[in-house]
Amino acid sequence: DTKGLFEFVEEEYPDLSKHNNHMAKVLTKELYGKLRDKQTSSGYTLDDVIQTGIDNPGHPFIMTVGCVAGDEESYEVFKDLLDPVISDRHGGYKPTDKHKTDLNFENLKGGDDLDPNYVLSSRVRTGRSIKGYTLPPHNSRGERRAIEKLSIEALTSLEGEFKGKYYPLKSMTDAEQEQLINDHFLFDKPVSPLLTCAGMARDWPDGRGIWHNDDKTFLVWVNEEDHLRVISMQKGGNMREVFRRFCVGLQKIEEIFKKHNHGFMWNEHLGYILTCPSNLGTGLRGGVHVKLPKLSTHAKFEEILTRLRLQKRGTGGVDTASVGGVFDISNADRLGSSEVEQVQLVVDGVKLMVEMEKKLEKGEAIDSMIPAQK
Amino acid sequence: MASSFTRMISGRNTAVMMAMGAGTLASAYLLTDSTAAAAEIRRRYFPHSADYPDVRKHNNCMASALTPSIYARLSDKATPNNWTLDQCIQTGVDNPGHPFIKTVGMVAGDEESYEVFAELFDPVIKDRHNGYDPRTMKHPTDLDSSKITSGIFDERYVLSSRVRTGRSIRGLSLPPACTRSERREVERVVVTALSGLKGDLAGRYYSLGEMSDREQQHLIDEHFLFDKPVSPLLTAAGMARDWPDARGIWHNHEKNFLIWINEEDHTRVISMEKGGNMKRVFERFCKGLKQVEHLIQERGWEFMWNERLGYILTCPSNLGTGLRAGVHIRLPFLNKDPRFKKILENLRLQKRGTGGVDTAATGDTVDISNLDRLGKSEVELVQLVIDGVNYLIECEKRLERGQDIKIPSPIPPFRK
Repeated sequence: DTKGLFEFVEEEYPDLSKHNNHMAKVLTKELYGKLRDKQTSSGYTLDDVIQTGIDNPGHPFIMTVGCVAGDEESYEVFKDLLDPVISDRHGGYKPTDKHKTDLNFENLKGGDDLDPNYVLSSRVRTGRSIKGYTLPPHNSRGERRAIEKLSIEALTSLEGEFKGKYYPLKSMTDAEQEQLINDHFLFDKPVSPLLTCAGMARDWPDGRGIWHNDDKTFLVWVNEEDHLRVISMQKGGNMREVFRRFCVGLQKIEEIFKKHNHGFMWNEHLGYILTCPSNLGTGLRGGVHVKLPKLSTHAKFEEILTRLRLQKRGTGGVDTASVGGVFDISNADRLGSSEVEQVQLVVDGVKLMVEMEKKLEKGEAIDSMIPAQK
Repeated sequence: MASSFTRMISGRNTAVMMAMGAGTLASAYLLTDSTAAAAEIRRRYFPHSADYPDVRKHNNCMASALTPSIYARLSDKATPNNWTLDQCIQTGVDNPGHPFIKTVGMVAGDEESYEVFAELFDPVIKDRHNGYDPRTMKHPTDLDSSKITSGIFDERYVLSSRVRTGRSIRGLSLPPACTRSERREVERVVVTALSGLKGDLAGRYYSLGEMSDREQQHLIDEHFLFDKPVSPLLTAAGMARDWPDARGIWHNHEKNFLIWINEEDHTRVISMEKGGNMKRVFERFCKGLKQVEHLIQERGWEFMWNERLGYILTCPSNLGTGLRAGVHIRLPFLNKDPRFKKILENLRLQKRGTGGVDTAATGDTVDISNLDRLGKSEVELVQLVIDGVNYLIECEKRLERGQDIKIPSPIPPFRK
């Protein structure tokens, strides 16, 4: 009774007429009808995938993704929706494309000589998902706790520069909390409706915590928007060192998870699998806080960033404004290029922009320095 | 059933089986088999104890009643819509509560939730409704407004009178669980019925998603407009999904009978007017409800109701009558009297600010309404509010004259 089917799809299809996100642009009524009665083996459905995009119509200027994965399988079962979304978000990445992973820090050229008079701090972050568990929009309390337990075991076994301590969110003392806030390490219960509508704040703060090394240069968030968020950072411009620590630390952690038969989710098409399609591939955001008061007001600033494949943010992170001419500059790409390639772009691009800034300080023109599109 | 919306269109976590042909049906079955098999494997790695929520620091009725063994037993069950215990309690897990205010901490996803998860709902209902036992007691329903006496208040004190309740459409899932199609069906069923109202009840519908700026301003000015819920008690229960799809407000032309569609319940029905004529407010309330019920019955629909729990609504706190009858009243002397709290308690009334629940009083005007919902009929509760408010006004007058007042003896919460 195909008439019944059409009526049914008509009744269930969300009203996306006022929406501006990648999901809304891709999800036609026909596609909705095709995918509506599928689920992954953990029971995640199309409605679950798209709920956040329905509840958050978006902004005329900022294109959000509008869908999430509930498990590794989501990227397969709902590929007819997610492939076009991925393509739109990641510069035309095709379903047949292969993603290169390169976490060999020795392949990075330079990166240890960014001028600390301009580059105030350097940071690299990524996310990792633990194979065999469903993702934060969907996982049960039992799964979340198991992820926490495995993470604690992996992290607390680290030694040397990686020796550190885990602070579970639900039992940290006031003193510990104060310290973590002062170090700018503490993460809060998500308030962004992009995350809460996807169910990622359920059961807060059960199973959530923060681990960092004694040196406070390597930090892991457990069970926030992804199973793990891994951050390497330090003051100054030695991005090379930050990246080295990042790669070495990740590798050590991955070994321990693999020993428990729970390695990281990864495949050769999408790279590292994370909750939000925007973080597929490397999931890597490598960036600096850099003083560019003159360059940032130059007419060609945006053009330069685009050509260098970089993006700017305020120093409060995503969706914040810059303060005092200090910008957060990081790689724009995540999927289709490797970790080394992305950090190389940051290193080379920031070096060039600092030179431009110096030129502008001397009253000289920078037109000859403007790069070709990378 | 009235329409094609039968149990086939079930809750949001079910793979819908459409008889589209043998091939599709087979693959749909296979998908379910693999889901069931996967679920079994997961259960082996994650026994119920692994999923039991940490509610040690929580203060709500659900947390007080939920033991690990109840959790384990009920976690193997689901309603016919595939609504689970975890979904019922999520809001209570995510909202630990307040030391002074004990919230309920769980919601129903459908009518069957109250049966399938009775082992947890029953003690929660008992806790919230003064010991009412759904296993042994019956709830009286009485919407005969002619029984009301002395229902006109002194308007030097009472500024406005209002009665509200909720109604759910049997056969469609409730706001935490409903699919978009179910929610739209609720809107269709109710709006169609309301368009059949005549005379002083005739009115019109304003869809939240489609109203003009002018219409929106009009509804704000009348204090009729409701917003997307921001309270985490509601958002954590999934009631704000797909906003503003299929949400709207209907009111009669006289602006004293108002219906909210698809907010926290399928419908919230409100009768109100300025001044102290509570009897007329309740008459219109009963007449309107009866007419709407008749209109939906003509098309084969009915309200969710049973004799244990009365009218079935999303939150257990609104079971029974779902009725809150109240006034905005000025009691400058009584408000400052230390005995006021006890008087209200014994009269089984509660005070709120004039912004509604969880607001503070402005000036001397307070909102006074019935505390109870379940175990007494609508007529009994409205009469209780009328008698209580009249008593409060008497107290106020006595205090004005410098006379003493008495704390009345406590009224029992329901018929034993």
